Amino acid sequence: MADSKKTYWKGLEELTNELDFVKNAHTEFGPPPSDDVDSSNTPRRDFLKTLGFSVAAVSLAACEAPVRKAIPLLAKPEEYDPSIPNFYASSFIEGGDYASILVKTREGRPIKIEGNNVSSVTNGGSSARVQSAVLSLYDTQRFQGPKKGKTYADWKALDNDVISQLTSIAAAGGAIRIVSNTILSPSTKAVINDFIAKYPTAKHVAYDANTAHGILKANAATFGVRALPTLHFDKAKVVVTFGADFLGTWVNPIGYAKAWSKTRKLGKNNKEMSRLYAVESNMSLTGSNADYRTPMRASEEGLYVVALYNEVAKLVGGAELSAGKPSGNTKYIVKAAKDLVSAKGASIVVSGSNDANVQTVVNGINNMLGNYGKTIDLATPTLTRQGDDEAMAAFVNEVKNGSVQAVIFYNANPVYDYPKGGELKAALSKVSLTISTADRNDETTDLCKYVAPDTHFLEAWGDAEPVKGYYSIIQPSISKIFKSRQAQDSLLVWAGASKDYYTYLQDYWNANMYGMQSAYGSFREFWNYTLHDGIFEPANAKLRTFEEKTYKVDDTTSATATVGALTEAAKTVRSIVVTAAQPAFVATTLDTAASAVASTYKAGSGTDVIIYETVALGTGVQANNPWLQEMPDPVSRACWDNYITVPVAFAKANNIKMVEGKTVLLSVSVNGQTIKLPAMVQPGQANNTVGIAYGYGREITGLAGKVGGNAFPLASVANGFVNYNLSGAKVEVLNESYDVAHVQTHHTVMGRDIIQEAKLKDYQSNPAAGRSFPTIETAEGPKRTSEISIWDMHSRPNHSWGMMIDLNSCIGCGACVVACNAENNVPVVGKDEVFRRREMHWMRIDRYYSSQGKDEYDYEGHEQPEENPEVVYMPLMCQHCNNAPCETVCPVVATTHSTEGLNQMTYNRCIGTRYCANNCPYKVRRFNWFSYPQNPEFPMNYGTTSDLGRMVLNPDVTVRARGVMEKCSMCVQRIQDGKLNAKKENRRPIDGEINTACAQSCPTDAITFGDMNDPLSKIGTLVREEFDKRAYHVLEEINVRPSVGYLTKIRNQDEEPIHTA
Amino acid sequence: MKTIIKSTLRFTAYIFLLTFSLNLLAQDPAAPAAAPAAAAPAAAAGGADDALAKAGEAVFNANCKQCHGFNEVVVGPALKDAHTRWNNDAKLKFFIKYPQKSINTEPYAKALYEKYKPSIMPNHDGLPDGDIDAVIAYIKTGGPAPAVSKTDTPINPVEGGGADSATTTYLLGALLVVLLLIVGVLAMLISVLTRMVSTKTDVTEDEKEYLFGKLRWNVLFGSPIFRSVATLVLVVVVIKFGFDQVYAVGIQQGYAPKQPIPFSHKLHAGQYEIDCNYCHTGVNKGKSAVIPSVNICLNCHNAIKTQSPNMQKLYNAVETNEPIQWVRVHNLPDLAYFNHAQHVKVGGIECTKCHGNVAEMEVIEQHSTLTMGWCINCHRETVVKAEGNAYYDKLLAMHNQSSKDPMKVANIGGLECSKCHY
Repeated sequence: MADSKKTYWKGLEELTNELDFVKNAHTEFGPPPSDDVDSSNTPRRDFLKTLGFSVAAVSLAACEAPVRKAIPLLAKPEEYDPSIPNFYASSFIEGGDYASILVKTREGRPIKIEGNNVSSVTNGGSSARVQSAVLSLYDTQRFQGPKKGKTYADWKALDNDVISQLTSIAAAGGAIRIVSNTILSPSTKAVINDFIAKYPTAKHVAYDANTAHGILKANAATFGVRALPTLHFDKAKVVVTFGADFLGTWVNPIGYAKAWSKTRKLGKNNKEMSRLYAVESNMSLTGSNADYRTPMRASEEGLYVVALYNEVAKLVGGAELSAGKPSGNTKYIVKAAKDLVSAKGASIVVSGSNDANVQTVVNGINNMLGNYGKTIDLATPTLTRQGDDEAMAAFVNEVKNGSVQAVIFYNANPVYDYPKGGELKAALSKVSLTISTADRNDETTDLCKYVAPDTHFLEAWGDAEPVKGYYSIIQPSISKIFKSRQAQDSLLVWAGASKDYYTYLQDYWNANMYGMQSAYGSFREFWNYTLHDGIFEPANAKLRTFEEKTYKVDDTTSATATVGALTEAAKTVRSIVVTAAQPAFVATTLDTAASAVASTYKAGSGTDVIIYETVALGTGVQANNPWLQEMPDPVSRACWDNYITVPVAFAKANNIKMVEGKTVLLSVSVNGQTIKLPAMVQPGQANNTVGIAYGYGREITGLAGKVGGNAFPLASVANGFVNYNLSGAKVEVLNESYDVAHVQTHHTVMGRDIIQEAKLKDYQSNPAAGRSFPTIETAEGPKRTSEISIWDMHSRPNHSWGMMIDLNSCIGCGACVVACNAENNVPVVGKDEVFRRREMHWMRIDRYYSSQGKDEYDYEGHEQPEENPEVVYMPLMCQHCNNAPCETVCPVVATTHSTEGLNQMTYNRCIGTRYCANNCPYKVRRFNWFSYPQNPEFPMNYGTTSDLGRMVLNPDVTVRARGVMEKCSMCVQRIQDGKLNAKKENRRPIDGEINTACAQSCPTDAITFGDMNDPLSKIGTLVREEFDKRAYHVLEEINVRPSVGYLTKIRNQDEEPIHTA
Repeated sequence: MKTIIKSTLRFTAYIFLLTFSLNLLAQDPAAPAAAPAAAAPAAAAGGADDALAKAGEAVFNANCKQCHGFNEVVVGPALKDAHTRWNNDAKLKFFIKYPQKSINTEPYAKALYEKYKPSIMPNHDGLPDGDIDAVIAYIKTGGPAPAVSKTDTPINPVEGGGADSATTTYLLGALLVVLLLIVGVLAMLISVLTRMVSTKTDVTEDEKEYLFGKLRWNVLFGSPIFRSVATLVLVVVVIKFGFDQVYAVGIQQGYAPKQPIPFSHKLHAGQYEIDCNYCHTGVNKGKSAVIPSVNICLNCHNAIKTQSPNMQKLYNAVETNEPIQWVRVHNLPDLAYFNHAQHVKVGGIECTKCHGNVAEMEVIEQHSTLTMGWCINCHRETVVKAEGNAYYDKLLAMHNQSSKDPMKVANIGGLECSKCHY
């Protein structure tokens, strides 16, 4: 063991060796299936009898093959060929969340979403929600067409009704409101303005469930700009976050994760990395990746921020602010201040608070550090959160007063996701005309008199401006599945406009964007190339160069055309340009803010409740997406539920033991509301705080979405501001048990040396710091495992596919897990089956906590669960061992080794003995207990059980039947396709051309995949440079020689962190 | 990372035009080379002219034959003596290149247009001048000797097959007669000999026993040797029969379902020698060879046999926007992945290797068994087409170092599971 003082553990039960846990630790698949097969109550013997009969029947039936049809198109478009995918550039939009994407379509239907590399905003990254959006397109809950009341109507009738009512309301001076989340689209805003011009009593109200109103307010006060700054994490050496989960959910997580991870890459030529301080109540994704994490009570957040301000002010010689001291530990506040000042102009301080006063102090810190114009840019603001809490609060009051006559809910669901949604629900009957443009039913739409369903963004035209001056295009990649109509078209029709939105959009771009560039000679050319690229960034280097070419029209005439080619700059990573000139800072706002902080923030007597956003579900828009529901939360590793995260001390005090997902229900009362949810003991949760995720507890949605409880009503609205940090809560332990589908402890560590990590300063002096080098005793003395083997190595003359995963870059976000679901038709099994340890994910992200003992023999110390542990994420999939233990035990040779280093799994040969899974040291093989696509017991899994949902399946990957094993294939379908493309062009594959779904989706480039036989490839270079340094194999001592390697986790720490909450 | 991005819109038009112009540029240098031959007096007889006409025949077969015959009207007019009807080679040449422009300037072109409309001859400006001259030279030879028009006498494969089977029947009948005769002669011989022996008196008891004794069946059937042999034969037969039956489950060799339109490959691929790739456009590109869409049929059938009831089905399909539901003949199970481009484009395998002699099939049928054994066998036997493909360079060099045999598919991992199953 390299660092023998540390113990790694995945769950508390593992650390404390609970009886139930130990009993089940060795049974990979949990309790064996009871006598029921397919949950009908058939005893085993009857089953075997039936089996005998069905075998005979099936073989008879098979004699007569069914007639299958081959139906070609009537007229084949030139660019379309069956079996060959087309990619369309578009944008992912969910409220204010944004990603520039490429949509892969096969036979005219989108089957996969990839990040778009040329975008400066998201840089080719993606997230779990981006990846799963393609399944939401095929949601069986979507509206089939427009609705009048509860019945389907036609568009003409709906339009007539709506126009006549709007006209009479406007004529009578009645208020019309359009309620939406952040609208990123400049042309949609123009459409809304046109609508308002037609109906002058109309007003647009934008709010966000994941609001940033406090920051917008603070920036308006201190800089005179109501906008979010664009943050350049790639330029920051020190980052301090106060509860802002910028890697997981905050403002622009994909872009931020991409940028931040660039500062965490270590290698031969770079031995420096950034340092991240997190001060937070919940264990967030960002906090779990921090070098130093301080648990704080949310009710003292303002005091911590002021404390940091004062520490920085002391060092730079500024005036201190007066406010109380936080009751918790401030050691890292002092340390962070020192680091921040030594990295002046190369640091960022952020806060997730929605309190404008706190944000004003944060602005003050950044201003003292000279970060504006260097790492923080307000002149080129980020526009992904524009919601105005005060306007929304005013709107709810208006509705309650009965002074609103018409409301159009533009893809917004405030009844569910606004804290005062209950009041709005009760008052909505006072509004005479209510229209929703939601594309599937939700809590708000259900109360509306008219439904004018919008298209899904994959069926729509549109544009987006996520960062000022950085534009993006949305183009349809499938024709409309239902009789839906774009919401913009609806607004245009109701406003009496003659042109459709597609024309409107082009005209808008012709009038506004075309003039911003000079590269393209005509609008048509500009538009077509922009559609192709998906983005338009006038401030950035040109994407392509143009050359004039002459061509012959016929014998006598010739013509010229400009032809574009991608520039070299387009192929390198692009980024948003920082504007040096920034709006001036108004210092006078600071003192008022500080005194407001001093009066508001004090450690309360009760418990603090923090309502937070999860990486998987966000604000709950895609709640009915089984891929997202089944994706385990990165930190808690639970799925299909939300829960109350409680600190370890609370669990001890109340004797809550969580074993294998079995827990008790708690009730939390705060702000006049009570919620009953299961307890989740969460190491790292600050004492006297609990966390509850929103996005769950949807009532009107599909089967997959109706899980957990709704936390939005708990939040308070004070002075118009939505506040998700509440204090004075009462937490009661109920005498009811509850099962949470918790994958965390399904496979055990058994005290092995799986995680290898080091501190930066040790790494700088020794690149192999933290590594363990297991040896085996032989007759000639101890030898490294790589030197001995009883097996002959497989020869790999052609390719040798391999993967390297940088534990230092992986933030655990889970985009890869969902990408793998989409690429490989991985079935969803549902909560019950996950609880029985039968999840089917081909790759998982193990989350390890570590405990610090005093030394190797401090057994007591090792067995104490940390209140504030350090966290490591480790993506684990089939390791494609060269000496694969699974291959030798298969009685039917269904799993074999290829000459390209792949461990192959042949489904049609597998008879389901499960010997291979038992013999797999990594526990990455999955068994199909049921035929998930056909089984009516899995109705929430509409991705494979419904005809509509099945459109998402990747036609190149077999849908597995019951009774066979499956596992990661290293996306062999992509490998084969890439090789074929190379062969067709008489060349070798180019490095990077073949990539696995997980590596491609990763927003932090933690996964490198390629041909290790190619010495110039990225993976080849990594293997060469990091061999016996950072690169290691998990379980090297068993000498299975995997094709997947890991790079050690390096923490930028110079002292041992504090482990108390 | 290189991602191929395709966009729906025709923004590639410029690139397309560029490539097109490059094509023209690439083809133009060929023209001067052919020009001297074309400039040679057409009337002059000689080897050069024969060669030109022969080249013209090849160009004709590749580009013109789909729509033109020499003695019969196919889509366009019969070409015999076309040069005399035009009486101006330059005009004819311009007409072949730009027929639609010609309509406005040439009265004869206009007359042709009136006669054959709505069919319009497409521009052949992609053909080098030399090729067109060669075609004209070929037209001047009068084309192939007028055979009995193939389209006039309908081909009836059943009748032809009937003639064949009649001969076989006669042969078999004759054989039967001969056999019966032999049996009769043998029976006569036996009775004559028996009578001869029975009249003899100096026969011993042993010999009598031998000559007149009855065969004792019960002894034969009772013998353990006979029983063992018989049981063994029976078991072998049953097992063989059983295995054959089981192996035949799901094999659809010879499957020739009735199609919604009785499309004849024999006519299109056989008689008219239309290249497979003309309709099955995906065969060099991807997994699917592609069943042609209706617009490909209509390339020719907007003019040919427009009155046929089967063509009406095509037109109906277009009018009602309902695609034609062909019955799939070659069905691989979902668990097997097969890619046409890998085999045809990269491997250089002829279509007929798996699909049989399609040019002879009136109704398309499954020629091969499409079993895994059949695939694997071919992978064992087939030599990789590695020459000229840089992908295989290293593999080939390594193989040649260790072995004298040519590099087979099986030698480079062609038998591995995940080549076809994933």
